Amino acid sequence: MLFNRRFKTKRNGVVETRITDDERLLLAGLIGQLRELVLSTSPEGMVDPSLRRLYPTAYVDDTEHEMKYQRLMRDQLLERRLSHLDVVETTLDDHELNQENLNSWIMTINDLRLVLGTHLDVSENEEPSFSEDNDPQQHQSAVYHYLSHLLGELVEVASN
Amino acid sequence: MSYVTHVLQKLFGYSTEKATQLMLDVHNKGRAVVSNGTREKAELDVFRLHEYGLWATMQKDS
Repeated sequence: MLFNRRFKTKRNGVVETRITDDERLLLAGLIGQLRELVLSTSPEGMVDPSLRRLYPTAYVDDTEHEMKYQRLMRDQLLERRLSHLDVVETTLDDHELNQENLNSWIMTINDLRLVLGTHLDVSENEEPSFSEDNDPQQHQSAVYHYLSHLLGELVEVASN
Repeated sequence: MSYVTHVLQKLFGYSTEKATQLMLDVHNKGRAVVSNGTREKAELDVFRLHEYGLWATMQKDS
């Protein structure tokens, strides 16, 4: 594990990235899985339960407007998500990111974190705990921690 | 800085102080009013927050 920062803003505003090959490989795999999941969601159909955080309710107490919102916006949300995924995928091996691409990274890493968190049943402000034995969730928990950390570093460099 | 603070600053141009306060309200009280206006504006704001994966809902002022 690297303790150096993974992202650093250069004088021209471009962000230098230092991500290991293992991390790139992990992210590429996760992005592929997320794309598949997201694409399996039809505009009218049911949302995969692990994606529910990606399609929140807009109108809590107005069913009619809520249906209209979902009908109009879900496709747009899907399109945006896919375009951000594409950006991250195509810039995954780059050593520099511009601010716009950095934003796609932030959104995509957060999406991955939300979906994995939902899968692990982690609530918003809680961190999943590590168990002693080697259960399959342990790997996912470790990935979740990694994504949280990565998001923190991305937000840090974007806010500077 | 937290992700929520970052997004609120980016979308609404809030100061770090205001965005942090709103983030803390969400954290402590479970909710915060982050934007208001006409239905159309509110819907767009909600959409932008949803794009960032934030759980935003709309409510009529009573």
